[in-house]
Amino acid sequence: MTEVMIEAQGVTKSFGDLEVLNGIDLTIPKGSVTCIIGPSGSGKSTFLRCINQLETLDGGYILVEGQPVGVKVRKGRLHAQNNAEAAKMRENIGMVFQSFNLFPHMTVLENICEAPVRVKKESRKAVQDRAKILLERVGLSEKVHAYPASLSGGQQQRVAIARALAMEPRLMLFDEPTSALDPELVGEVLDVMRKLADGGMTMIVVTHEIGFAREVGDHLIFMDGGGIVEQGDPRTVLSDPQHVRTKQFLAKVI
Amino acid sequence: MANTATEPDAKAPAGDGLDRQLLQGRPHQRHGGLWLTAAIVLFAIFLISYSLITNPRFEWNVVFGWFTSERLFTGLLRTLGLTAISMAVGIVVGVLLALARLAPNAVVAGTAAFLVWLFRGVPVFVQLLFWGFIAAIYPRIAVGVPFGPEFFSVDANVLITPFMAAILGLGLNEGAYMSEIVRAGLLSVNRGQTEAATALGMRRFAILSRVVLPQAMKIIIPPTGNQTISMLKTTSLVSVLAFPELLYSAQLVYSANFKTIPLLIAASMWYLLVTSILSLGQYFIERHFNRGGITPGRSTRRTRKAKAENSRTAPQEVQP
Repeated sequence: MTEVMIEAQGVTKSFGDLEVLNGIDLTIPKGSVTCIIGPSGSGKSTFLRCINQLETLDGGYILVEGQPVGVKVRKGRLHAQNNAEAAKMRENIGMVFQSFNLFPHMTVLENICEAPVRVKKESRKAVQDRAKILLERVGLSEKVHAYPASLSGGQQQRVAIARALAMEPRLMLFDEPTSALDPELVGEVLDVMRKLADGGMTMIVVTHEIGFAREVGDHLIFMDGGGIVEQGDPRTVLSDPQHVRTKQFLAKVI
Repeated sequence: MANTATEPDAKAPAGDGLDRQLLQGRPHQRHGGLWLTAAIVLFAIFLISYSLITNPRFEWNVVFGWFTSERLFTGLLRTLGLTAISMAVGIVVGVLLALARLAPNAVVAGTAAFLVWLFRGVPVFVQLLFWGFIAAIYPRIAVGVPFGPEFFSVDANVLITPFMAAILGLGLNEGAYMSEIVRAGLLSVNRGQTEAATALGMRRFAILSRVVLPQAMKIIIPPTGNQTISMLKTTSLVSVLAFPELLYSAQLVYSANFKTIPLLIAASMWYLLVTSILSLGQYFIERHFNRGGITPGRSTRRTRKAKAENSRTAPQEVQP
């Protein structure tokens, strides 16, 4: 029996009158790569953001490594987590955004070292050494002292991945990591993600890269209208979709 | 020739009668109008300068005598101190009000908005008068439990000296303006920055101080420089509280020797000199907070270092 990284049950979320998640049930084992595909507005990014509390749940629950997200149980009653407790949980969850979100006033090295030094109180020297190893892994050793504005989109996203990895997370969330990139820069980012998956990192990837989902993914989820329509082995789902909406979507993107 | 299609021979006669050789050059510029305008302006400057020098009523020897006098210099130091402290109070109050206005608590945000409305809406001159006459409203200022026992109290006239009244009046008025500037700066920072920092597990204070404020500075600094320069001159209103800053020092002198114009000129010269220095300082501070942005032609120590590191390792452009 493999260990469980994420257990979600009946997750719902609305923005005003708009229901974006209408009951997500999901189990993600440790060390797996789960890709979530689906049309825009299907709630896939929102679900990802619920995992590290960039959004709060309206209903249901999510457990990360058995720990409830956003709430705590005390004396048989449910309480909301305070900011420090939420931040503590986020330390173990890395996130990569569509728009990179590097800190523009810091060099590449400062971007990577900021959180480990400030949040985990590690020694700057140790973090810098680790940052340089990470930069080598993402192929950007020569950009240590560059500012984000002088990097291409693909380079910025690789720095963003290194920045997330510097916190030594046990789970990595990718929110459309290649959607803002020029087509010729997509490959370099996917290569880094592929290496990360080969290294055994648990990853949840919201993506439109069907090829990546097929080759690297262990599990594929197709979402539409705020719910999971179909899921399973990526090769099976992609070659033989069972649901009519999955068929329609795949016909358009492949 | 392989490239005749893109590079026609300049000497070859083209059917349209245009001289291709001539088109390679730059058009002839006419500067007649420019010279005439410059001459008129220069002549006007000459006339005004002539009058400044020859009109005896400017009394330039008196001006320069008082310009370097100890009394005006002491007044200048008080003006500088007043400017610095009022701006410091204004920035602290401004940051607090800005954060309060962005707070999720509606009562806190509403109160901050009310205070900004109040301190910005009443003329600063009137506010200075109110603080100067505070003893008429609250003769004694006490510390204690509200509606309960008081621990000690002070005569308002002892606590609120003209200097304190000036700091309160100028500082709170400035705080109202600064809060708008700081708020605009905070709002200018992309939401994604806060989200990325949050996702890294950073705490609220660290996100504000390490990620949001440094980026907001780029928006906050230029108007703050303007506010400082403006504050330097606004301190002259404090003369109404009989606090001997630069202007009131000059007034004290000319009320005794009746050299009104020379003393006003001497004070103005000090104001101009300090404003010029402040403008220069603002230029350097702006350059510092602009790091990380691409501004061609400007380089700071940090960007030069980064550039040097990059050029060492970047592959050289291959020449064909």
